[in-house]
Amino acid sequence: MVIAGNSRLLEILNLTLDLDNYLEFRMNPSDFVFFVFSFVTISSAVCVIFASSSVHSVLWLILSFISAAGLFILLNAEFLAMLLVVVYVGAVAVLFLFVVMMLNADPKKTKTKFSNFVPVGILTALIIFLELGVVFGGWRFSEELYINSVPSNFIIDDNTSSLGNILYTNYFLPFQIAGIILLVAMIGAIILTLSKRDGVKRQDVLDQIYRDPNKSVILKDIKPGQGL
Amino acid sequence: MIGLGHYLTVASILFVIGIFGIFLNRRNVIIVLMSIEIMLLSINLNMVAFSYFLGDLKGQIFSMFILTVAAAEAAIGLAILVCYFRNKGSISIESVNTMKG
Repeated sequence: MVIAGNSRLLEILNLTLDLDNYLEFRMNPSDFVFFVFSFVTISSAVCVIFASSSVHSVLWLILSFISAAGLFILLNAEFLAMLLVVVYVGAVAVLFLFVVMMLNADPKKTKTKFSNFVPVGILTALIIFLELGVVFGGWRFSEELYINSVPSNFIIDDNTSSLGNILYTNYFLPFQIAGIILLVAMIGAIILTLSKRDGVKRQDVLDQIYRDPNKSVILKDIKPGQGL
Repeated sequence: MIGLGHYLTVASILFVIGIFGIFLNRRNVIIVLMSIEIMLLSINLNMVAFSYFLGDLKGQIFSMFILTVAAAEAAIGLAILVCYFRNKGSISIESVNTMKG
């Protein structure tokens, strides 16, 4: 019975891949929202690579991320959408903005100039796009897909709690490894940007430990009534 | 009705924009880093779309790991960029020619 239900789901899934289905569909409100969000995402991504200054690029990137978070909400992934807004817009994009402002690079030197590699770039992008289209065109879901994978219970629970249920049980080790990756990135970023300036007095622990009392303390016999 | 194909199309367009951005910009390393972020975003969109249409949460879990790696990569990349700017005084890719590779 379960397999019969799965094959019905499989039919629906394969139906969504049919091109004929694209030509005749009625517009729901949620479909309209999808088109708005995807249009904003793609057009602001184009603006990121064509913007004249880096600051504008970062701002377009933020818009792109926020509308992608809207797409995630349409896909019932509320937790990931919030994660995208908090982590990407709140941390990564602000980090980009901070670096752009801090570097103070010459705007004339960093202005967008189309390089000699543009034809190669167009060619590569076109080839990859066509390859993706070929894969997408001749692709059907395998029959064993639903037998092998256990569908999660995220229809019953809400998205965040069911994600937590899986993440802290089945994916506990990868979760810890992700934490270690973040730790390594943090240490690496600190080490890379740490610079020693001259004229600043620093503590040299090793030098202090290896100091010899016989050499550093001099005993002098001073007579009464005399100075040094 | 919006199907899986629509989401895959949006994700592939975003990915191609990211690839094109890497080739296009030779004067600004920051925009290249941003193009990489766009590509990672499109992969995340793919993962979440499959997770929704297959009714399986594994895709969202992996999307979280991709997010983690992307954040680490952005931090390291920007740190390298700051170092590079201190040494060279510019952030252009064209001046990365020390090794003459």
